[in-house]
Amino acid sequence: MAMTIRLDVVSAEKKLFSGMVYEVSVPGVMGELGIYPRHAQLISPLRPGELRYKPENGDAASLFVSGGIVEVQPYVVTVLADTAIRADDLDEKAAIEAKKRAEDALAGKDPEDLNYETLQAELEAAKAQIEMLQRISKNRR
Amino acid sequence: MAGAKEIKTQIKSIKNTKKITKAMEMVAASKMRRAQERMIATRPYAEKMQQVISHIANGQLEYRHPFTQERDVKRVGYIIISTDRGLCGGLNVNLFKTALQSIIKWKEQNVEVDIAVFGSKGANTFRRYGIVAEKAHLGDAPQLADLVGTIKVMLDAYESGRIDRLYLVENEFINSMTQKPQVTQLIPLVAADDKDIKYHWDYLYEPDAKEVIDLVMQRYIESLVYQAVVENVASEMASRMVAMKSASDNAGNLIHELQLVYNKARQAAITQEISEIVAGAAAV
Repeated sequence: MAMTIRLDVVSAEKKLFSGMVYEVSVPGVMGELGIYPRHAQLISPLRPGELRYKPENGDAASLFVSGGIVEVQPYVVTVLADTAIRADDLDEKAAIEAKKRAEDALAGKDPEDLNYETLQAELEAAKAQIEMLQRISKNRR
Repeated sequence: MAGAKEIKTQIKSIKNTKKITKAMEMVAASKMRRAQERMIATRPYAEKMQQVISHIANGQLEYRHPFTQERDVKRVGYIIISTDRGLCGGLNVNLFKTALQSIIKWKEQNVEVDIAVFGSKGANTFRRYGIVAEKAHLGDAPQLADLVGTIKVMLDAYESGRIDRLYLVENEFINSMTQKPQVTQLIPLVAADDKDIKYHWDYLYEPDAKEVIDLVMQRYIESLVYQAVVENVASEMASRMVAMKSASDNAGNLIHELQLVYNKARQAAITQEISEIVAGAAAV
């Protein structure tokens, strides 16, 4: 009987997966990480990509993660996944927008229509996700 | 008969109001249930995050993140979470009172405040206290992505040394009848008791400790704020449900009273008419 390791995948919004698995493969920022039971304690940020795992009962499965953090202990792997694609410049844009809203309101102006910027940010995120999915499906074939 | 007609219109308009409050009550009740589920769903993330942070706090020695260091307080930051819409009882008012008490306490010590607000109700109230960032219209199912911008403004302010402490003001959802306004300190992180961890080990940090810890800290604060926002939605719905229930009850009482007045007026009118007819017949 092969050894198993506990895998928990959670995002801020909800729990995505929890169970015993034989092996996990996560997209770390430094490269793909294959994790088997009794792996050394490790912590690393993730890049957007595919998280694959082989559950104790059932076929190998995969999840799309758009970033986050993986924490490894000898018998527990925790993936703290981001739900949205987070790029530094997008964060920056959101921060500027929040500031601008406050300044506009302070100046007594109606908040300017910021729809264009939000739409663009969403578009960028969607594009990245599509690219990722295409790459994944190409690898499968 | 003039009085009776007016009362009738009044009853009708109160009945319409009652229908609206009743509908709002039911909508709030079902939304509250969903908000509560969402609230529970956010817990695993925050718990795991907490575990990771306490491991790092115990193991990591060569790098201390600024969020864990106490500084002299010259300026404090607040993240205040309010609702977008009214008609939810005293929820916002109580929260603002609690926040103001805390703000005034700092002001008395000549400490300036910076405020970030979620929800349009809070934005209007705290305008003159110095809002630096705000975000409204998050909806019933807030997304973390909608919050990061405003949170980043405050985190950047802390890192650049503009503020020396960051508080979070939110409504704690105790149950559907009780919500408690709360001021909690976000940064510097209040050290948790880690007596359970007896053995020490440290992570392998990839690519390096500083980068990983910075990311973990940022995500941790974000998850706390997100949790608070979701909890506030549940509180809002619960509070609205209770407020609308009492409004419906009051409308019911009012209708009952007016109905009695209407009946009396109607009877008086009939009696008057009869006596007029009798008097007329007698005259003939």
